[in-house]
Amino acid sequence: MNIPVNPVAEQLAGYNFAYLDEATKRMIRRAILKAVAVPGHQVPFGAREMPLPYGWGTGGIQVTASILGPRDVLKVIDQGADDTTNAVSIRRFFGRVAGVRTTDRTREATIVQTRHRIPETALREGQVLVYQVPMPEPLFRLEPRVSETTRLHALGDYGLMQVRLYEDIVKHGEVATAYNHPVMVNARYLMSPSPIPSFDNPKMHMNPALQLFGAGREKRIYAVPPYTAVQSLDFEDHPFRPIRAPHACALCNSTESYLDEVITDDQGGRMFVCSDTDYCAERRGE
Amino acid sequence: MNPLLEARGLNLRFGAVDALLDVSLDLYPGEVVGIVGESGSGKSSLLKVLAGMQGADGGCVTYTDAVGTDHDVLNISDAARRRLMRSEWGFVHQNARDALRMNVSAGGNVGERLMAAGARHFGKIREEAAHWLGRVEIDASRMDDLPRTFSGGMQQRLQIARTLVTRPRLVFMDEPTGGLDVSVQAKLLDLIRSLVADLGLAVLLVTHDIAAARLLSHRIVVMRHGRIVEEGLTDRVLDDPQHPYTQLLVSSVLAA
Repeated sequence: MNIPVNPVAEQLAGYNFAYLDEATKRMIRRAILKAVAVPGHQVPFGAREMPLPYGWGTGGIQVTASILGPRDVLKVIDQGADDTTNAVSIRRFFGRVAGVRTTDRTREATIVQTRHRIPETALREGQVLVYQVPMPEPLFRLEPRVSETTRLHALGDYGLMQVRLYEDIVKHGEVATAYNHPVMVNARYLMSPSPIPSFDNPKMHMNPALQLFGAGREKRIYAVPPYTAVQSLDFEDHPFRPIRAPHACALCNSTESYLDEVITDDQGGRMFVCSDTDYCAERRGE
Repeated sequence: MNPLLEARGLNLRFGAVDALLDVSLDLYPGEVVGIVGESGSGKSSLLKVLAGMQGADGGCVTYTDAVGTDHDVLNISDAARRRLMRSEWGFVHQNARDALRMNVSAGGNVGERLMAAGARHFGKIREEAAHWLGRVEIDASRMDDLPRTFSGGMQQRLQIARTLVTRPRLVFMDEPTGGLDVSVQAKLLDLIRSLVADLGLAVLLVTHDIAAARLLSHRIVVMRHGRIVEEGLTDRVLDDPQHPYTQLLVSSVLAA
């Protein structure tokens, strides 16, 4: 796509383009290339201090800074919304330190940095989806030793994760992970999809866009290249089921999108609205 | 018949201490061999070396798998060793807590080995787990309970069910009756004996309990200071011990 450099936004003086210095970007790009070459495998990288706290997206922001070019159009979402604190501040950050054009529209963006959602609008080839990841290790909580989880990944020994699903069915009658449901990437590596709702898991499968995952505190990058098989773990007789609230969006009437439940008063009033604000606005013709 | 497991000239030193000195041993399919000796005689070290859990300073161990391929156990890759451990071998620890996942239900514990071996059908995994819990005399109603709510004897039986569920050909047992009271021990020995006979398992049994060794093993190997001092058929070794140390060992068993 031929997008002109944004003539309006001005880059902040005194900073390198997109905040990180070029040597750091190169190191991160190397990690990204390796991650793309080995889909689902966690590649260590030297995460830098960023001007926001751990847990607010330091991993995602470093990945975005490394792949951002002056012609890119950036969209940032937090739980699907463009207008929450985290999304607004990261978008403004890149607007200032890189001078890139930003947008709310999924269609217009070349890079979408996301926390905990995949946009409802289908992504296309050439787009990059950057996930903010709090805990990259899917076997975390099941196996406390990092050395041992590394070995389990190397040997493809994922019986342990299956045991967790087994225990869920025994206790709850179904797999109870509503978010961060583990996936197998390219039939080889077990991967944490970051805490996206299990509703979004099927969208990762054979997605035409490049999906990059950055974990700043844990210093790991991993990737799902375009058109890669991503299967959610399940049992043959208890197949994976994406979970969605059985309602229509109170604003746009969508029965397809993932819904947030919003409490409207203290009398028990509530409404269900699309978690993806851009998708909802577009449907309402805004 | 070719041996299942063949060890030749094993040596192992821990600093100045010889844990194993020129130890050779054959184990044939369906055979139960008891390794007896006092604490520190090297019997547990031998078991660990034979199972590939511990390297050796010299010698070799060869395991012949179900399709007839020989594996050099001491130089095996981590991946191949785990594959053997998952499919062809089993290991019963003295302390059931070392082997069980205490925060996973009994059924999950038994099913884990099936799932590790690739089973992905919830109903079938459960059925198989229930079957094995039944075989080790754990009531089906306890299937979804955590092992920490089980008695010591039950935990040990659960560990055996978990080990046998993938139908191994060779089971290593390290003091399986240790730490249990006498009546529970007797029941457990009885259970192990019938399972071993039913399934035609080959077992390497490490124990300091001469009575347990007599009950379970076909052959006995007596170890002292890292050497095998005497070996032979169980009744022959225990009723007519030749080596002075074996004589001492047999005569120190208390008659009830």
